Amino acid sequence: MSILVYIEHAEGSVKKTSLEAVSYAKVLSEKLSGGDVVAVALGTIAEDELSKAGNAGADKVLHIEDEKLNAGIIQAHADAVGLAYNQIGANTLVLAKSSLGDAVAARLAIKLKAALVSNVVDLPDTTAGYKVKRSIYTGKAFAETTVNKEHKILAVKKNAVDLKTDGPVASVEKVSFEIGTESFATNITSTDKATGDILLPEADIVVSGGRGMKGPENWGLIESLAKELGAGTGCSKPVSDIGWRPHHEHVGQTGVKVAPSLYVAVGISGAIQHLAGVNSSKCIVVINKDAEAPFFKAADYGIVGDAFEVLPKLTEAVKALK
Amino acid sequence: MKILVCITHVPDTTSKIQFTENNTKFDKSGVQFIIGPYDDYALARAVELKEQLGASLTVLNVGEAETEPTLRKALAIGADDAIRVNAFPSDSHFVATQIAAIAKENNYDLIMMGRESIDFNGGMVHGMVGELLGIPSVSPVMKLEVDGEIVKMAREIEGGKEYLEAKLPLVAGCQEPIAEWKIPNMRGIMSARTKPLQVKEAISEENATEVTAYQLPPAKGAVKLVDKDNVEELVRLLKNEAKVL
Ligand SMILES: Cc1cc2nc3c(=O)[nH]c(=O)nc-3n(C[C@H](O)[C@H](O)[C@H](O)COP(=O)(O)OP(=O)(O)OC[C@H]3O[C@@H](n4cnc5c(N)ncnc54)[C@H](O)[C@@H]3O)c2cc1C
Ligand SMILES: Nc1ncnc2c1ncn2[C@@H]1O[C@H](COP(=O)(O)O)[C@@H](O)[C@H]1O
Repeated sequence: MSILVYIEHAEGSVKKTSLEAVSYAKVLSEKLSGGDVVAVALGTIAEDELSKAGNAGADKVLHIEDEKLNAGIIQAHADAVGLAYNQIGANTLVLAKSSLGDAVAARLAIKLKAALVSNVVDLPDTTAGYKVKRSIYTGKAFAETTVNKEHKILAVKKNAVDLKTDGPVASVEKVSFEIGTESFATNITSTDKATGDILLPEADIVVSGGRGMKGPENWGLIESLAKELGAGTGCSKPVSDIGWRPHHEHVGQTGVKVAPSLYVAVGISGAIQHLAGVNSSKCIVVINKDAEAPFFKAADYGIVGDAFEVLPKLTEAVKALK
Repeated sequence: MKILVCITHVPDTTSKIQFTENNTKFDKSGVQFIIGPYDDYALARAVELKEQLGASLTVLNVGEAETEPTLRKALAIGADDAIRVNAFPSDSHFVATQIAAIAKENNYDLIMMGRESIDFNGGMVHGMVGELLGIPSVSPVMKLEVDGEIVKMAREIEGGKEYLEAKLPLVAGCQEPIAEWKIPNMRGIMSARTKPLQVKEAISEENATEVTAYQLPPAKGAVKLVDKDNVEELVRLLKNEAKVL
């Protein structure tokens, strides 16, 4: 039985989290001894970019080139992916968690009569039944989830498996499906998106600032360090509530959940709701002038000091490393 | 216009998460339960829409009797009536089936939910309900206006937002800054006591998934502090010890 992977792309390239989902599917298929890993991509994107999904582990890529699918219309994407799933006779759909991926997966669970498991952090244990480990309580715990259906959808978190990069280039096959107009009933009128920025959910390093940064005029210090590290920038909730930073940068329980290898928190107290968004990070560095700030308890490394003194020095030290 | 808001009954965001019975049950001792923070945003916006459009507003929870104080709180915030589907919400597919059944009976124009529950964080129930009812589902919605038959929304995407329009009926999974959380006032609390809260039996539906065991993440070691005048040392540790640079 083959595995289908729904891959998303932005600004002409396949998202890294989607490539990780492909690698996840590859290891899964090896584990279950067999079946092709087929990726499906929707809308306009270059064929040689798609063939790179092979490096991550795809045997084949289906390309539904229909330009009506360039916009992330949830129902239309769910229809297209569902049709691809049935065409290849898959029994598992794998995708990376994302704003669009989550919404599409939920509709597909009903369409395909599949069991959907979200926030998957590891490969399934198939020694007795089919058990998937997923993160729950916003990263504060895990649940071993037993899946009781033949058809499965796994929405995978970042870092669930290592990204594979040594697979052979995959062949790309163009397919087209008839998607009913009713599936285009939500009409995207415009988008307002920062381009060129490193997107937080994808970022391998994140530098975040809190109320300790005192005001938006000081964000240059955060941005300089982020630039030197090749990092994305985040913030605490009050910082986006007051409008110092855009909402999509707000990290935590009610914001973005990040899973970078390195999270640097500057002038953030470390309230439990903020920690909920960062507890999947591999390594956490905290810079805070208050040695009693709760964030230090969740940190791997820390500097007790004034952000305005420490940040410029740290930026220089990172620069010197290169 | 009829609005339905689906709410979860979840541990307060500051709760310490623990399990009992050999890691098979959530430990409720000492835990305070609240309306899910995202559901609370959906409810707050729904109360505004109710006032603006003269709509009726029903809140719904799939849960056991212990969730009734949470439903009463939603009534105090401004819902007109409440429905509790009497069942343990063990699986998203099960919950979505219950919500869709209630929705079919009552023909709501707008169904508002949170973008995700904060216990299982699935972010799935709204999409499932949309598909079960054959109507659009949009999530995560950070702005929602109703203009006659048309709903105008902003949806958060990675790195920004997109603006979209759709016709009612519709399911929306909501998040901030759609509205500000509302705190019930005395009058609300008094009137909530006598507002109708209807209990319905669940329709039978098999679970697609089942949690067989819980696990806590390994305890974190102590933080390694670096002197503020020696930031080079931090960079060295990140490179050579943590190997993240
Ligand atoms: C239901 C709910 C959900 C929530 N969700 C989120 C969420 O998703 N994300 C989130 O972040 N919060 C969330 N919160 C809010 C959270 O509880 C905290 O209020 C918030 O995280 C605090 O932000 P902060 O650390 O930036 O500010 P503060 O708590 O004011 O902390 C500022 C810190 O900066 C330090 N500082 C000050 N000056 C300097 C300096 N010069 N140099 C270095 N350090 C300095 C201080 O010592 C302090 O530790 C939520 C709250 C609730 C109730
Ligand atoms: N047991 C439940 N009762 C009522 N609504 C629910 C229930 N579970 C989930 N929901 C709604 O569905 C949204 C998404 O939940 P989830 O898919 O579990 O993340 C929540 O924010 C609620 O609005």
